[in-house]
Amino acid sequence: MAAGSGPTLSATYAQRVDLSVEDRQRLAGDAGPAARLAMRIVVRLAESMGVDRLLDITGAHVDSCLYHGQSGLDFAGRLVEGGASVAVPTTLNVSSLDLLHPELHRGDEAEGEAARRLAEMYEKMGCQPTWTCAPYHLENRPSLGEQVAWAESNAIVFANSVLGARTARYGDLIDISAAITGRVPAAGLHLDENRRATILIRLQDISPDLLNIDQVYPLLGTVVGAASGSRVPVIDGLPTALSEVRLRALGAGAATAGSVGMFHSVGNTPEAPTLEAALGGREPHEVVEVTASDLRAARDRLCTASGSALSSVCLGTPHYSVDEFQNLVTLLTGRRVHTDVDFYVSTGRSVLAELELRGWADLLRSAGVTLVVDTCTYVSAVLADTTGTAMTDSAKWAWYAPGNLGVDVVFAGTSECVESAVAGKVLLDETVWSGV
Amino acid sequence: MRRCGQVSEHPVVVVAGSATGEVLCLDEPLSFWGGVDPRTGEIVDRHHPQRGCTVAGRVLVMPSGRGSSSSSSLLLEAIRNGSAPVALLVRRADEILSLGAIVADELYGRSLPVVVLDSATYSSLMTGETVAVGEDGSLNRQSDSVDDGPDNTTGG
Repeated sequence: MAAGSGPTLSATYAQRVDLSVEDRQRLAGDAGPAARLAMRIVVRLAESMGVDRLLDITGAHVDSCLYHGQSGLDFAGRLVEGGASVAVPTTLNVSSLDLLHPELHRGDEAEGEAARRLAEMYEKMGCQPTWTCAPYHLENRPSLGEQVAWAESNAIVFANSVLGARTARYGDLIDISAAITGRVPAAGLHLDENRRATILIRLQDISPDLLNIDQVYPLLGTVVGAASGSRVPVIDGLPTALSEVRLRALGAGAATAGSVGMFHSVGNTPEAPTLEAALGGREPHEVVEVTASDLRAARDRLCTASGSALSSVCLGTPHYSVDEFQNLVTLLTGRRVHTDVDFYVSTGRSVLAELELRGWADLLRSAGVTLVVDTCTYVSAVLADTTGTAMTDSAKWAWYAPGNLGVDVVFAGTSECVESAVAGKVLLDETVWSGV
Repeated sequence: MRRCGQVSEHPVVVVAGSATGEVLCLDEPLSFWGGVDPRTGEIVDRHHPQRGCTVAGRVLVMPSGRGSSSSSSLLLEAIRNGSAPVALLVRRADEILSLGAIVADELYGRSLPVVVLDSATYSSLMTGETVAVGEDGSLNRQSDSVDDGPDNTTGG
């Protein structure tokens, strides 16, 4: 097929973007057809953005491996046939299948097979079969100032905000192109000027007790995301030494309700030792005050179900960490999930291996928990019952699952999810919101 | 990033191409992931004001794309299936949609022009009118009336 092989690129695009010798060799096909295709995509994207310079990256995290249809197979197939091989260490985001436990797939047979073929193609290009939306749980995570190309919104916001690594908000198709070429447009959050906060989020009269509850952080994330859109916010007023679990939940919530690729939390995130530093010495364009009642309203918006009937509990969006499993093991030891309730936790296969070593995987399974790896319960056909109510401790899951799966959702804290699962009905602890 | 995400007072060609079709104006940004059925082009986002309209074959006019970065893949899939718009006219550039259009061109040789419009042109476009988008981002607005066909230069 002659598609895209004409003279347009050299005539129109390449002259406007400053290219290295290696870039030109790739465009000329010296590194093979796949490197040429990937380079054309990177250069054409840069041109479409009005960017005239590219940057080197040291790693990539790829989301294109999630199956959406035949075009994904066509694209990956063209790359594999063209001899694609990633130029930098590259991890893979979730699949639409639990590749280690195929029996959990309840969806269409042919689609499952297509998703498996797509997965194999990305592994063939040299991507590590990590199959997780939480690549920051893996060894060798990027360090402060390191330029990378990450896809998956929660991973992007974690890399930029918590690790201080630098990635623009990448997504499908460009992620693998960047991995194959090791090059990205010099734009967005790769550059200092775009990393300073332009909107200030000020916490107003939120009690220290409330700020000591895990479930407040994903809720705050959704409020920050809705207020910020695609801007970089700085949050002033949070306790310092916040755990990674809390910072991660905040970022995931912000990237769900808005297009936030980075946030600062004064005293918590590496580029915000002070408010002034986060703002880059300038005044914010906007100041937004957030109260406890805003958080409660955010909680109410994430709950679409009423009544106490409960079908499922879904945790692990983003993928649960070892620390989160430790909490879950504490809550479930000596207890059992009610027989009417399906209890799922999604995680990465590397975390599952750690759970097996610690004996926690068996403990959780015998308590009635299904451990799902390589995928997530809101993008895959895993749930046994999608007609009833599901509980979750994830703002992201609560946001997307009603549309994706058709379930009704109750958002609550992890311990409420566990108590409800054991009781077989929704039990909410409203005392945390008393006086709000 | 100079231009990306910013509005323009001149038409800016983000992805070049030419196409002619009937305009469909959207009141709000649209996410192709979860918002459009890639088999039919129907808008399925429950919260979108134009839910139930189909984008297939239309010159789609909307403020910007929205939401998930998987939208690149979904636009590509819609282009492959012939259920995509024939052109995207937006107020704000959107790399996610541009990528879907660029990769469709590379993979299938099918192009879908993406043009950022100035505010006056953007707000003057009406659902149902026929527009030809040129390689340079120019718009040739044609009457959709049967009696006054697109190439009727002789007048009435």
